Amino acid sequence: MKKRKKMTSSDVAFNIFNYAVFLIITLICVYPFYYMIINTVSSNDLSANGAINFLPKGIHLDNYKQVLSLQGLPTAALISLFRTVLGMAATVLASAFLGFMFTQEKMWHRKFWYRFFIITMYFNAGLIPMFVTMKTLHLTNTFWVYVIPAIVQPFNIILVKTYIESMPKSLQEAAEIDGAGVLTVFWKIVLPLAKPILATVAIFAAVGQWNSFQDTLIYITDQKLYSLQYLLYTYINQASSLAAMVRSSGTAAISAASLATQQTPTSIRMTVSVIVVLPILFVYPIFQRFFVKGIMIGSVKG
Amino acid sequence: MKNQQKKAKSAKAKSDAQGRRLFYCIVPFIILSFLFAYFPLHGWIYAFFDYKPPLKLSQCEFVGWKWFATLFANKTQVSQMVQVLKNTFAMSFLGILTSILPIGFAIFLNEIKSTKFKNAVQTLTTLPNFISWVLVYSVAFSLFTDSGMVNTLLQQWGIITTPIKFLDSDAHTWLWMALWNLWKGLGWGAIMYIAAIAGIDAELYEAAKVDGANRFQVMKNITLPALMPTFFVLLMMSVANFLNNGMDQYYVFQNSFNKEHIQVLDLYVYNIGMTGSSLSLATAISMLKSIVSVTLLVVVNFVSKKTRGESII
Repeated sequence: MKKRKKMTSSDVAFNIFNYAVFLIITLICVYPFYYMIINTVSSNDLSANGAINFLPKGIHLDNYKQVLSLQGLPTAALISLFRTVLGMAATVLASAFLGFMFTQEKMWHRKFWYRFFIITMYFNAGLIPMFVTMKTLHLTNTFWVYVIPAIVQPFNIILVKTYIESMPKSLQEAAEIDGAGVLTVFWKIVLPLAKPILATVAIFAAVGQWNSFQDTLIYITDQKLYSLQYLLYTYINQASSLAAMVRSSGTAAISAASLATQQTPTSIRMTVSVIVVLPILFVYPIFQRFFVKGIMIGSVKG
Repeated sequence: MKNQQKKAKSAKAKSDAQGRRLFYCIVPFIILSFLFAYFPLHGWIYAFFDYKPPLKLSQCEFVGWKWFATLFANKTQVSQMVQVLKNTFAMSFLGILTSILPIGFAIFLNEIKSTKFKNAVQTLTTLPNFISWVLVYSVAFSLFTDSGMVNTLLQQWGIITTPIKFLDSDAHTWLWMALWNLWKGLGWGAIMYIAAIAGIDAELYEAAKVDGANRFQVMKNITLPALMPTFFVLLMMSVANFLNNGMDQYYVFQNSFNKEHIQVLDLYVYNIGMTGSSLSLATAISMLKSIVSVTLLVVVNFVSKKTRGESII
């Protein structure tokens, strides 16, 4: 049996200090989210005056009901959802397929084509040439501008290729002796085995799609195609006029609403923010372990 | 003899045909990559025209190097450019300066014995990395407006009497941006170092303990050196990306008060190109930026090869 070394007093002091510092850092990272959530469920007149800082007061859920009636919000939520699901699926499939194909040494000029893809990580035509390109391809003001340009992502191709290269080659050889073609090998053997890395790619792609803001800003003017992030941005900037709009939209129910549930700029801004962040808050802890694996593989470049 | 040659030949032809077939499978993706990465480069010719959007390029005047000359000759343009470059350099420099903090985060987190606490800290501090800059701005807005938490508490405690304008002002813009960057990226930045620490041979620690090294000596002589290769690669990458700050963060935080100090190159290109009317000038600037960036990358890669014998790209 090993005897535990006694902690010296300086050790104890160090530990207390260390725990305290990390507690504070963690609080700084998390508290803003808590703060926004308690403000959305508290009395709106209190929250508009900054009276809700630690605990919710006068709990109600009217904000969530009313914010859904804001013009454009349901559409934007659907757009964001579709682009996240479709974009993720497309990126995962393309990265898996290309990552696998580039492990096939027989491919005609494999090295050249691999570099052809990877090198695009390191240069960028710039904002206006990209805009002109999207316009030429008739992608501006279409939903597809969110998905199609995101299909081929060099970094994800590297991730998958590196992962597949670490799998035993004999698997494919054995399948080929049994008469399986390359595509069968891909579907039946590689795809199931590469699940961990594909999960990583899926998360990166989904978070990227959900959070993307710039593409709406640059390529979209049609309000029906606004993403949730972009809509949130416009809400933050116009929250006061929106609150007035919701208040004056006239129905008896709203005129009867008390001050506590009447929409204020603060309530609208925070409620929409919480709606935008909730999916991330829910999905994130479940998949967190994949991120770590993913960037570890990513740091070993292919 | 002849027969064998024939056989070899046909085997080679077979494998060639297979190689071609494999290649045909990726052609659709080659087209995509070409369309969205290579084809846009043709847009650089706009830098040499006086491009006015509804008109076709063929209807616009060819002006040669005029826009590039403006950048260096026109006095107001030069002073604006200098300010934008100052902002860009300041943000990148502060970014590099704060990039050592994740190392400290990882090393000190490693000293925490409770696995549960460690995991909780790691999970919760990486959370801000996964929200968009729009949401970060919303968070900032919620906490720092006149009726936000910071101002109300400071007033309640009697530290200030009138709310401080945190967002609608140009005070310490660079510092604020760096701090938001840190808030978003600290925990995430530490993950790679935490993983690297997990990979350090436990025997090294045992040996150090036997030799009577204290906690800080172990940190300095074992943990820190083990993290240096990772740090070096990341440092090289940030040097190569010195001009690329991205524009999301600065775009959402920008307002008429802080515009002077928040406009980094990427945002400036957007501001004059998409909202202003100087599409050609904006193209010229982003073209210069791309060329400088690629050059930086090549140089940094060369340095890395010489000093560490490893390339970073």
